[in-house]
Amino acid sequence: MTSFAEAQHFVGDPEWTWYILFYFFVAGLAGGAYFLATLLRHWGTPADEPMARLGIYVAFPATLICPILLTLDLTKPLRFWHMVVNTTPDGFGLNFKIWSPMSVGVWALVLVSLFTVVSFLDALARDGKLRGLPAAVVAVGGTKAWNVVGAVLWLFIASYTGVLLAVSNQPIWSDTWALGGLFLASGLSGAAALLLLLSRYRRGAESSHPVLEIGERLFTVLELMLLAVFVLTLIADGTLDDAFGFPWILLWLVALAGTLPGLRGLAAGRLSVTGGGAVTATRVSAWALAPSLVLIGVLALRAVVIFSAQG
Amino acid sequence: MATEITPGEAYGFFTDTSVCIGCKACEVACKEWNQLPEKEDELGFLGQSLDNTGELNGSTWRHVQFIDNVPDQTMSEGNGKAFLLMSDVCKHCKHASCLEVCPTGAIIRTEFDTVFIQEDVCNGCRDCIAACPYDVIDMDEERDVARKCTLCYDRLQGGMEPACAKACPTDSIQFGPLDELRNRAKKREATLHAQGLKEANLYGHDDKVYGGLNAFFLLMDKPEAYKLPNVANAVLPSRNNIGGYLGGVVTAVLGLLATVIALRERRRGGGESSESPEDARA
Ligand code: SF4
Repeated sequence: MTSFAEAQHFVGDPEWTWYILFYFFVAGLAGGAYFLATLLRHWGTPADEPMARLGIYVAFPATLICPILLTLDLTKPLRFWHMVVNTTPDGFGLNFKIWSPMSVGVWALVLVSLFTVVSFLDALARDGKLRGLPAAVVAVGGTKAWNVVGAVLWLFIASYTGVLLAVSNQPIWSDTWALGGLFLASGLSGAAALLLLLSRYRRGAESSHPVLEIGERLFTVLELMLLAVFVLTLIADGTLDDAFGFPWILLWLVALAGTLPGLRGLAAGRLSVTGGGAVTATRVSAWALAPSLVLIGVLALRAVVIFSAQG
Repeated sequence: MATEITPGEAYGFFTDTSVCIGCKACEVACKEWNQLPEKEDELGFLGQSLDNTGELNGSTWRHVQFIDNVPDQTMSEGNGKAFLLMSDVCKHCKHASCLEVCPTGAIIRTEFDTVFIQEDVCNGCRDCIAACPYDVIDMDEERDVARKCTLCYDRLQGGMEPACAKACPTDSIQFGPLDELRNRAKKREATLHAQGLKEANLYGHDDKVYGGLNAFFLLMDKPEAYKLPNVANAVLPSRNNIGGYLGGVVTAVLGLLATVIALRERRRGGGESSESPEDARA
């Protein structure tokens, strides 16, 4: 961030578009889901286990989808492995640059996939859907230590996507340090919403609804606080108009609409779900409406940040 | 006199914009030597001054900028300004933003202290494009890798000066060992100042801009007029690493706190929800 001076940007656009948008979206949701699963399993009650497993099931596909999206985004997809192996003549070895978020992120994705796959196999075994698994996998995949390390890695993945944008010279992206936190907060509220949405298909998961509902409200507050920081940093660098001008303002409105369910719950019931916070709905469409709105908001937030800077 | 080119020494360009006549010989020589294809729309007419090249990109590694600096009306006859002309190129920054972010190690510093993209290593992630503050790097549409000026790496290896410097008829582009070029540039600036051209200023000759540019310039206006970030804005992408990650860590801690509060509130609120999934959502 070039503080308190109009930042000069003469940089070109990397043309990071749909693949990157959906990567950020999936990574944010999976990160939040694994994190919530870990806390529910190890710091909740035994009744939270169904939702914890659901969280692991939600995170697992991301270990396949994320690398595929990232690979497809490369103009030389078959060279995806150059991210980790240096093929420079005389320089052969592993690539790791601590100051390049893309390099760190690739390694984090490799590691988090390992943790998630083992947790996924463990969840399947606990659900009785997989037999004959090596005992070590079941013994390890659901332990506190394994899940905590996995959750930390997923939190990193959900958040570094914002840092990746900031570590550039692009307008908007490089004018703020808030993107990492903003993407993480929105990933957490999106994950809570997604788990609430999917819990319909998981028997026993409704026991964890109060935690996720209260969590979603608090994550929404966190997201709005970081959005305020984002705006302030852009004002300082004179790029607010680029980010919020037409047509981007329309996407911002969609992103903000995604915070309404959380705010509504907060206004109605504060941190309680037994009072006015629980809104009774009988129709399936109404049940799905609020989480869907949150998820669309999560996608819109990433879309507007990605596209407005490359206007 | 031909420059002797020795690996291990730092080489670069000194581009003196005060003598550029906009002939574009450098652009043509660069295209010819490096066998750069024309872009699909390249022969079109931009309709913006005499510049029809428009930009540096994957197949244009030298671009003569024509910056309209002519006032609509001069105060008196002959008291106008001319186009600002500048043959733009990769700056071969000492602290190169592109090299800093490149995750594959495709961007390297050569034995001539220049910045070079290894085409067989690049996988097209395009992080360097988002990083280069001079909008130099672009994707080559045919090869699908990032490309830019190599400072004629192949010619240097063969003991020849880069094609653009060789072709420039006014010596606006001068090639040589960096120290020698810097001395020459300072003398030229002093001469112009003595002639009353106080606006002449050197850009990138010292370490204030990206630790020093191997391709540096003598400008006849502020750097911004040529789309070059001034000293205050010449910043590296890595400046945002610590702040960005710290923001993430603080958010993670607050997210953890929020979840712990949610778990406690659920306990205080009488344990489990008695609602069905349908009832619980709205
Ligand atoms: S001008 Fe751009 S492409 Fe050239 S070395 Fe500097 S950052 Fe890299």
